[in-house]
Amino acid sequence: MAEAQALTKKDFKSDQDVRWCPGCGDYAILNCVQGIMASIGVPKHQICFVSGIGCSSRFPYYMNTFGFHSIHGRAPAFATGIKTANPDLSVWMVTGDGDGLSIGGNHMAHILRRNVDVKILLFNNEIYGLTKGQYSPTSPQGLKTKTSPMGSVDRPMDPVSFALGCGATFVARTIDTHLKHMEQVLLAAAHHKGTAFVEIYQNCLIFNDGAFDAFAEKTVRDDKTIDLRPNQPMVFGKNLDKGLKVDGWEPRIVTAAEADVWRPDTHSPGPAFVMSQMDSNSTMPRPLGIFRAVAAPIFDASLHEQIQRAKSTKGPGTLEKLLHAGETWTVR
Amino acid sequence: MNPTRERDVQSFESVVIRFAGDSGDGMQITGNQFTHTSAVIGNDLATFPDYPAEIRAPAGTRPGVSGFQVRFSSSDIHTPGDQPDVLVAMNPAALIVNIHDLKPGGIVVVNTGQFSDSDLKKAALAKSPLTDGTLSGFRVIEIDINKRVTEALKGTTLSSKEVQRCKNFYTLGLMYWLYHRPLETTIKWLEEKFAKRPELAEANKLAMQAGYNAGDIHELFQGRYEVLPCTSMPPGTYRNIMGNDALAMGLVAGAQLAGLQPFLGSYPITPASGILEALAAYKHYGVITFQAEDEIAAICSALGAAYAGCLGFTSTSGPGVALKTEAMGLAVSVELPLVIVNVQRGGPSTGLPTKTEQADLLQAIFGRNGEAPIPVIAASTPADAFETAVEACRIAVQYMTPVILLSDGYIANGAEPWMLPRIEDLKPFPVKFVEPNPEGGFQPYARDAKLARPWAKPGTPGLEHRIGGLEKAHLTGNISYDPDNHEFMVRMRQNKVMGIRESIPTPNVFGDSTGDVLVVGWGSTHGAITSAIEELRKKGRKVGSLHLRHVWPLPKDLDKLMACFRSVLVPEMNMGQMARVLRSEYPEQNIISYPKVQGQPFRTTELVKKIESLLEK
Repeated sequence: MAEAQALTKKDFKSDQDVRWCPGCGDYAILNCVQGIMASIGVPKHQICFVSGIGCSSRFPYYMNTFGFHSIHGRAPAFATGIKTANPDLSVWMVTGDGDGLSIGGNHMAHILRRNVDVKILLFNNEIYGLTKGQYSPTSPQGLKTKTSPMGSVDRPMDPVSFALGCGATFVARTIDTHLKHMEQVLLAAAHHKGTAFVEIYQNCLIFNDGAFDAFAEKTVRDDKTIDLRPNQPMVFGKNLDKGLKVDGWEPRIVTAAEADVWRPDTHSPGPAFVMSQMDSNSTMPRPLGIFRAVAAPIFDASLHEQIQRAKSTKGPGTLEKLLHAGETWTVR
Repeated sequence: MNPTRERDVQSFESVVIRFAGDSGDGMQITGNQFTHTSAVIGNDLATFPDYPAEIRAPAGTRPGVSGFQVRFSSSDIHTPGDQPDVLVAMNPAALIVNIHDLKPGGIVVVNTGQFSDSDLKKAALAKSPLTDGTLSGFRVIEIDINKRVTEALKGTTLSSKEVQRCKNFYTLGLMYWLYHRPLETTIKWLEEKFAKRPELAEANKLAMQAGYNAGDIHELFQGRYEVLPCTSMPPGTYRNIMGNDALAMGLVAGAQLAGLQPFLGSYPITPASGILEALAAYKHYGVITFQAEDEIAAICSALGAAYAGCLGFTSTSGPGVALKTEAMGLAVSVELPLVIVNVQRGGPSTGLPTKTEQADLLQAIFGRNGEAPIPVIAASTPADAFETAVEACRIAVQYMTPVILLSDGYIANGAEPWMLPRIEDLKPFPVKFVEPNPEGGFQPYARDAKLARPWAKPGTPGLEHRIGGLEKAHLTGNISYDPDNHEFMVRMRQNKVMGIRESIPTPNVFGDSTGDVLVVGWGSTHGAITSAIEELRKKGRKVGSLHLRHVWPLPKDLDKLMACFRSVLVPEMNMGQMARVLRSEYPEQNIISYPKVQGQPFRTTELVKKIESLLEK
């Protein structure tokens, strides 16, 4: 671990030129990830970044770790294979709203339910960037794009609600313009045992600029967002004077003193789901932070535990045993 | 059948029995037990299970008929036989569907307990085939098996439904008596199978014994028959093996010979699921099996595992290969070892899931976007699937390439005696991963003499590198859009795959090495072709056959072998795909295609007839 402790952000920069558009939110995320990598105590040869296809999926090329830029939507399957083959690796997956929720929605559902020990960063810019500006499964209804000239009629999906529905054991949300918050959330994800799902609101300034301004613009951010912090009162506002209280199934804005304490580890993901659905109510603050964090058996560890158990009860398999199992006879 | 009378026991060289019943009647178990017992007493044998895609089609109907054909012999055989000598029919549908295949004068055992008017109606029969002349020319043995089983199990605690489920073991017992087989192997199997429900083991044993005794007591048959052990089998240790099982064992063995942990990513699909099931039971061999959410995730997980240093496998059938195609292209691009098993079935689309075909050959060789060469090899018999799977592993790791391994439904579910290889004859091909912190740095796309790139395992210090599906620069592996580099890399990958030719043998010609007709085959046509050549050579014809294990790239010098014959016949269970490949590779040869696309294997007689027609020309 001596090497790991000595690492700095610079050690995680690869020798490849970063080729995102100038001003893209991806730069901030890359910078933040390189920073936290130096502090999680894992040597860089034990780290592997996996991605699918899209702007976000170029990410592994810019990390000086092991990396696999795979095919569209399938990163969860590659990550599952890598982590299962070698559970000692710290496996990180980078995807986007199209890659992770449209073409790869099926795989995303299954990696989350299995609880494979992989950290997933989903860059959500509510648009297809690499194919130059078509609406995505998270684009708001009515968004005018090249493929929806009269406005998209698709109803959008909410990534956090989706992850919760799949039984994810860690679900969080952060935003590219709030580096400190992103750092805290990513560190919490890094230390979670099991699948960690982090939605990162990321601005695409070419095809969907300002998609998150309504609540994320710095002058309104404090009043229009709330940071869900485990076991802390749900307070927000510039002066931290407002709070959230959940009455029945409905969240309500109250004074800070009346705010409920946020618990991301309730038996049911119900409370987290209530929070995730505030997105569609513009009078409520947009929740960021940690929606869910619970412990559950880990897929890759359980699988290797079975292999060890089989070896100890049946004895390790040899070629001789393999061939001669079952009934045999000899011709002389 | 050449009977030689010896008191009341007639001896035959080879017998074919077909068990046929409703898909719920347990005919596959009955057939497998008869096969297993015959294997253990030393017959050579071959089997052909033929069952519907529906798990339980409406009971008693023609689409619900499930059949299992077994041929057992005292001499060396290669096919399950063209025509049964004995047909066991558990109901009218089974009788009417199968009776036209029975040899003239053959024995048909009919369960009359299942021939009521409503049974006939379910089989869409206006009149009973027992009385309308359908069975004239056959020796008909009528037994009310329903009633006999009920009598035999009178004292047990089983429900009448459970009692009727023992009918197949009564039938099995009867056949064991008729052909002088011991009951011990099946008794042992029943005791293991029903260890937790001993009353079921006991009932099935009773039913089998009752069937056996019935042969003795009721004088149903004119006498008994025997098929002596096969003495021409080479000395060695044998076991009875099915194709899917042999293939799964070959993958485990291949990984061990490479010194790697095996990882199978797979999604259930007929007729390949048996491979996933077999490997899931091999955890003590260190096998990781991952039942993925779909075919795509199955191959992607296996390729991810290969990147991480496992030997990656994925097993499927044609429709699954279609879904895996994009990931196969990525495997070509990132140059990692991966074995893709295609147990072919009738196509296109969902096609004939439980029937056999060889129509995915061109898909295997060419079916990807871009220039994406992948070596293709094919198993020819159930036992051969073991060696072929080991060979697939060897090519994959030595050339750092995906390999497609073709099997088919006929091989997957068929069984034959397998002479076990000696462990010392299995040559290891250990993999050498890149060492940590190599002097002068690490180049992920450098090449060795075979043009294979190095395999660098994540977790190794100093080897941090990125790979992906974008075109890579020679040596560094960095993304490159350079036109000259792209052509260079396309040619590099092509040359690497074609270079596999240097490590594969030219196959031997079976039969005459010069003559009139050379039959070139690949895959599961091996048995029928070999039998046809044997038969024709006995008649003095100058014919030979050549069977390809390596179907892409093709072995060297095939043209020289073909040139020794007047014409080359290529029988295939497709519209002539290998013939098309051979014509494009060897345009100067006279290549004749012989297609059959019925979901059924070739019969020896069909091939003999076809070859004879060429000889007459």
